[in-house]
Amino acid sequence: MSAPTAVLFDVPGPKARARNGALGVVAVIVVAALLAFIIARLAATGQFDGAVWEWILYENIQLALLEGLGNTLRAFAAGAVLALVFGAVFALGRLSDHAWVRGISTGVVEFFRAVPLVVLMFIFYFGMPSVGVTVSTFTAVVVGLTLYNGSVLAEIFRSGVQAVPRGQSEAAYALGMRKSAVMRFVLLPQAVRSMLPTIVSQLVVLLKDSALGFLILYPELLYQARVLGSSGQLGRPLLPVAFVVAIVYITLCLLLTALATYLERRTRRSAAAPAVEEAAAG
Amino acid sequence: MNVLIDNLGEFGTRFLGTIELFVLSAIASLILGTVLAAMRVSPVPAMRVTATAYVTLLRNTPLTLVMFFFALGFPRLEIVDLSYFTLAVVALSLYTAAFVCETVRAGISTVPPGQAEAARALGFGFGQSLSLVILPQAIRAVVPPLTSVQIALIKNTTVAAGFSVVEAGGIYSTLSERGYSTLVGLLWVALGFIVLITPMTLLQRSLERRWSASSGGVRVGAR
Repeated sequence: MSAPTAVLFDVPGPKARARNGALGVVAVIVVAALLAFIIARLAATGQFDGAVWEWILYENIQLALLEGLGNTLRAFAAGAVLALVFGAVFALGRLSDHAWVRGISTGVVEFFRAVPLVVLMFIFYFGMPSVGVTVSTFTAVVVGLTLYNGSVLAEIFRSGVQAVPRGQSEAAYALGMRKSAVMRFVLLPQAVRSMLPTIVSQLVVLLKDSALGFLILYPELLYQARVLGSSGQLGRPLLPVAFVVAIVYITLCLLLTALATYLERRTRRSAAAPAVEEAAAG
Repeated sequence: MNVLIDNLGEFGTRFLGTIELFVLSAIASLILGTVLAAMRVSPVPAMRVTATAYVTLLRNTPLTLVMFFFALGFPRLEIVDLSYFTLAVVALSLYTAAFVCETVRAGISTVPPGQAEAARALGFGFGQSLSLVILPQAIRAVVPPLTSVQIALIKNTTVAAGFSVVEAGGIYSTLSERGYSTLVGLLWVALGFIVLITPMTLLQRSLERRWSASSGGVRVGAR
């Protein structure tokens, strides 16, 4: 047992090995039974019939799904860039020396972190027209993603800057740098580097949140799945389409998560000598 | 103000729906998440693999998609007829359990290894050392982040609005039918959520401050 949690139990002897083996078999049987039941129900309700999978061969349906994917990625890209900018601006605001800037920034960040993203999107899409401003679904989704994830990112940036050892900023001030120079050349580079894995994980959340656009009928991947899935012509293949869409989402998120893990491992590997490296770079 | 006072009953029923969804899913997700965490650190490889696969799958799926499967897909399987409310509770619980599991597992690893070794030296088995020694000590490290998970859950209940469940986020439809300003109504809903979440955030911060100070002492003492 080389698992990191192996400290919780002794190396199993003959009895324990037999018991663990039995438990393992039981676990496998339970999981297999559950899966078999679901597959049996899927088969019994005709979800594996050729007719409900035929759509996958039609070119315009493939194009519609690709368009949905494109819309998802478009909302994700715009939301990610704007959220990073929003986060940077409000993190700087919360670290400001002026009390009023700090106060406003804290208020904004705390407000958008507390309000559910769905409600934010509803406010922009359903609420704004009642004061005469029409907002497209794309704008509502992107603005919602920006405000919520931007606020979370602001907190991440801020805690990253605060985690940089104090000696760094003291040394920079001692060299005669001004506050903005200290921030730009000393604090932010180190903060971003140490927070990179957390930032990427937040981008995974942003990607997942973009699926909320479905609720205001933004034509993203899930929306296309709903439209296809309820089309009578194709035999209403809701579940087959949903499976394909789920695989796409999970793959995208896993790719981003893998990036975060890679970055984390890289930061940890060089964490032993960051001060030296930083000094050499400066 | 009129929007709120004239529709007080509607706001009341819908926020009650939100709270009901939250309480039921919170309890279910805490139980399932803890069981999954125990499975992830258990001596049985099959259980570890199952729990890990579950967590990886659910954490990388958008909640909207999970809800989509349960609200729209599940009725197609014709197993039992469940209300949208029940299906939403199931979807929220299964989704949140993955995050609870990760939090509890992280908490287990903050307990000094000496504690587990001492429990083993006393002859405790895996179940005993986990439930009598490790988990009680992990609570300190686990409760503040678990509160964050539950705050996320209460905000996530609004996703159910898209799947015909009566809860606060869906109020815009009633308001626009009755000819009231949806903007003002939704701003009241936002305020309502802030009111619900603020006590939880304050609790979390005070626990974090109090317990992080004393758990530092525990760790020093253990070394």
